[in-house]
Amino acid sequence: MNVVIIGCGRVGARIAMSLDQAGHHVSVVDIRSAALRRLPPEFGGKAVIGTGIDEDVLKFAGIEDADAFFAVTNGDNTNLMAAQLAQKRFNTRQVAARVYDPVRAESYRRMGIYTVCPTTTIASLMLDSLSTS
Amino acid sequence: MYLIVVGGGKVGYYLTKTLVHEGYEVLLIEKDAAKVDTYTERFGAVVMNGDGAEAATLSAAGVGRADVIIAVTGDDEDNLIICQMAKHRFNVGRTIARVNNPKNEELFRLLGIDVTISTTNVILSLIEQQIPELHFVHLLALRHAHIALVEVSVSSASPIVNRTLADIDLPPETSIIAVLRDGKVVIPTGTTTVRPGDDLFAITRRESEAELRDLIVTG
Repeated sequence: MNVVIIGCGRVGARIAMSLDQAGHHVSVVDIRSAALRRLPPEFGGKAVIGTGIDEDVLKFAGIEDADAFFAVTNGDNTNLMAAQLAQKRFNTRQVAARVYDPVRAESYRRMGIYTVCPTTTIASLMLDSLSTS
Repeated sequence: MYLIVVGGGKVGYYLTKTLVHEGYEVLLIEKDAAKVDTYTERFGAVVMNGDGAEAATLSAAGVGRADVIIAVTGDDEDNLIICQMAKHRFNVGRTIARVNNPKNEELFRLLGIDVTISTTNVILSLIEQQIPELHFVHLLALRHAHIALVEVSVSSASPIVNRTLADIDLPPETSIIAVLRDGKVVIPTGTTTVRPGDDLFAITRRESEAELRDLIVTG
């Protein structure tokens, strides 16, 4: 599987490493070269410096042949724009965006963009811990 | 008519100032609280502090009854999401987005933004119109229809000189709508003959612009 990830923070780097170790072709895009240093030396994929909302950067990262796309920068709007770019322009089959704002996450889910909202997920996990302890 | 402007940079500031002056009901949403204080002193209570991509901010701004939302921040991703949230969550009828990177203009249209304005393209086009040596000038792109209004100067070397309009094999869906000859406008018919020095105004599909240029302009 070919995978493009934008945002090489803790989450992005972790997804990249897991998929790389599982034998997939991974490209990670981040605007800060320092963030790409999070990737360990054994990472076998491609690291690209650039913004994830630029078509040409995404093409360079291999979006045209990608089976999956993850938008996990720290900006909700960047992730939502990039996800739509992948889904609507490049017809990437599986697209997921991290969106911290629960309202935005829900709005775009209704518009057909797969969003993951850490805010609601973590809040419910925290509340769950209360009931089980 | 109620208009909401998001982004209080130079564009948002002067746009709001002009709209207020023209008597429209306007609200400017700006993230930076310090700017909001300055602008409030100048415009009065038409400036609100907040993030225009947040549903709570839009709600508080009364976006539900807004006729138009205009997103003019310096970040394309913000302008896109602000307009989409206004449209999909609050049913705002008309969304206008400033496009900072000209590459994004087409994408924004694909993603449902009603009007896109690329500052770079607007400035480029205005400058082109002022360069006399240019024989082919793109004057205007019409929204949605992918149609352009262009102006073409006919030199004596042009292959269409001394031919009638009916005789010229124009690209598909292209019409010559006016001829400027010796400072006078001629409304052309099929029998109008093209002369050197004519300025032709044509409506064409945007993808046919290059073909039209090649047909009329040589050397």
